[in-house]
Amino acid sequence: MRYPGAWVLDMGQVIIRDYDIPADDFLAAGEASSAVRKLLSQLGVAPDRIKRTAIAMYEAEINAVIHGHGGKAHVEISGDRITIVISDEGPGIEDLELAMQEGYSTAPDSIREMGFGAGMGLPNMKKHADELVINTEKGKGTVVTITVYFK
Amino acid sequence: MTIRDLTDKLGCRMAAGTEKMLDREITGVYCCDLLSHAMAKLDPGNVWITIHTNLNVVAVASLADAACVVVAESIEIEEQSLARANEKQVLMLSSAKTAAELSFEIISMLRKA
Repeated sequence: MRYPGAWVLDMGQVIIRDYDIPADDFLAAGEASSAVRKLLSQLGVAPDRIKRTAIAMYEAEINAVIHGHGGKAHVEISGDRITIVISDEGPGIEDLELAMQEGYSTAPDSIREMGFGAGMGLPNMKKHADELVINTEKGKGTVVTITVYFK
Repeated sequence: MTIRDLTDKLGCRMAAGTEKMLDREITGVYCCDLLSHAMAKLDPGNVWITIHTNLNVVAVASLADAACVVVAESIEIEEQSLARANEKQVLMLSSAKTAAELSFEIISMLRKA
């Protein structure tokens, strides 16, 4: 272990990564999450923290693919945490409170047939992120900010 | 118990992956077709039983670090999923048994092990 406790980088050091999330492209869906998972693993982050990050980020990534016409992922890793910002310019979330409820989904049948659309995406993010901030505006898009601490 | 023990007993066919991957130790089994549930519930080294065969199954199995995916009822696995699984080093097995039968047999084997 290079760093004691939950610290994976030197004080003040930040790793930044940016990924494109292509629209309706299930071949690429999960690629950004997969790359981040690999990176955290190389940094020696605890497996349960990696799992939490991967779950929250994958759900956000998939949402951007399915609902947001694709988007971008901006990732910052500093000493004791990872912050992931997934943004899209999709239709926005009409009723965020409703969308946060388990089982509520607006996904079309074609998406459900692939095993998505269980209405678990946002609840899964909430459950596995230490902090979750969602900014959404109808017709403008959605920005999801996920923070996981390596504690 | 390794995946090889399981494939020998259950008569699974290897659809994607390498022989070497069969030596991985199994930590448990999970069965569900909803990807969000699988993503959240699968622990590293778990066997994941599903009837989905699309690309996202490979992505979830890889992200969750599942030991293997077992596709039940011999459902044909899409070519692009197999190619992706080989690329991502995800072991995919195929079985004629139903998801319920597979779950029961794997849990029984894990309990005896």
